[in-house]
Amino acid sequence: MLIGAMGSDDLRLVVEDLAVSRGGRAIFEGVSFDLSKGQGLIVYGPNGAGKSTLLRAIAGFLPIDHGSVSVSPKGEPVWSCMHYLNTLNAMKTALSVAENLRFHQQFGGAPALAVEAALEKVDLLHVLENRFGDLSTGQRRRVALARLFLNHRPVWIVDEPTSGLDKASETTFAQIMGEHLHDGGIVVAATHLPIDVPGMKSLRFEEAPV
Amino acid sequence: MIALILRDIRLGVRSGGSGLIGVLFFLSVVAVTPFAIGPNLNLLAQIGPAILWIGALLASLLGLDRLFQIDLEDGSLDVLVLARHDQPLALTVFAKCVAHWLITGLPLVIAAPLFGILLNMPLEATAATTATLLVGTPAITFIGAMGASVTATLPRGGLLVSVIVLPFVIPVLIFGVQAALGATVAGTPFLQPFLFLSAMTLFFSVLGPLAASFALRQLEG
Repeated sequence: MLIGAMGSDDLRLVVEDLAVSRGGRAIFEGVSFDLSKGQGLIVYGPNGAGKSTLLRAIAGFLPIDHGSVSVSPKGEPVWSCMHYLNTLNAMKTALSVAENLRFHQQFGGAPALAVEAALEKVDLLHVLENRFGDLSTGQRRRVALARLFLNHRPVWIVDEPTSGLDKASETTFAQIMGEHLHDGGIVVAATHLPIDVPGMKSLRFEEAPV
Repeated sequence: MIALILRDIRLGVRSGGSGLIGVLFFLSVVAVTPFAIGPNLNLLAQIGPAILWIGALLASLLGLDRLFQIDLEDGSLDVLVLARHDQPLALTVFAKCVAHWLITGLPLVIAAPLFGILLNMPLEATAATTATLLVGTPAITFIGAMGASVTATLPRGGLLVSVIVLPFVIPVLIFGVQAALGATVAGTPFLQPFLFLSAMTLFFSVLGPLAASFALRQLEG
């Protein structure tokens, strides 16, 4: 069911009139967008505007007050076909890069690229056997981004994907996102720094209401 | 699921030997008891199974708070929760419990016969206690998963987990010690409490992961 979604013509991510509150305080309301195959959305906004909350709500981690999140064609919950990558890297510092990535590939199912090929995408093949904890901040982030290639998941929900990356890696990642869109995927990225990917829609979050 | 068990075992072995710490704590409980009881070898042999059980129980409560906390801190928990569509979260929790028991519980069981000598326990009593520990300690881990899931977001949840979990593991302790005594003391049964103990482990191997997965879903990390 996961493999089938990739590349199918009617892949769509629809968010309608979404409202989320945390601790009794409304974070945002009335958020709607409609992304189909090959379209991306960049969520801009200052710190604390609710970008991450929106992404977590889309990923199904947070209770939704109002509205809906759905993925066509199956009408299945969005998490069945998505990668969610937040600012934490979801890697174990005590394990090697290869062990970390191999775990994610096996656990996530629907294997796509091999571990080596995924690392190649982020130009880090040489750290394959290094302990994840020994890597620099930027390298850790790039290894975490390599996870996106390990399993077939057409929808990428990425939170501050380029945090800690240098200029060259940012460009690489923009290319990677472009390729993913070109291959018929969907990307939703939250960022406070602009990411240069041609043809992506954008959604601006203002300062949260107090 | 196998991948998760292997990863957690690898982590447990590499990062600081949490199993060894449990065994050391177990040893210290067992080692101080003879000093407190005094040089009464008969009494020591009599209460030996109980001491072993208390030591193993306290030792297995030690690392419980980290069961989900480490995954919460580095973001892995999101990946585990997100995969619930392909692999139910309760199964994921079950796998984590199995790995946790293999790292922390099994070393206690293996060490128990050795510590039995320190308590002047007869061979049959040691064997029976070890058998009850083997069957009973997984229940502690499964019950502990419930406590660990509730306290995962608390920075110092360690003591709280123990306090939450302790009332639930008391039946395990009662039947464990009863079965161990049954093997040596004439007129007390071994099989019935042993079967009760096994039943409890099986029961909590279902209830624990289910309850824990429910609690983990509610975490707003």
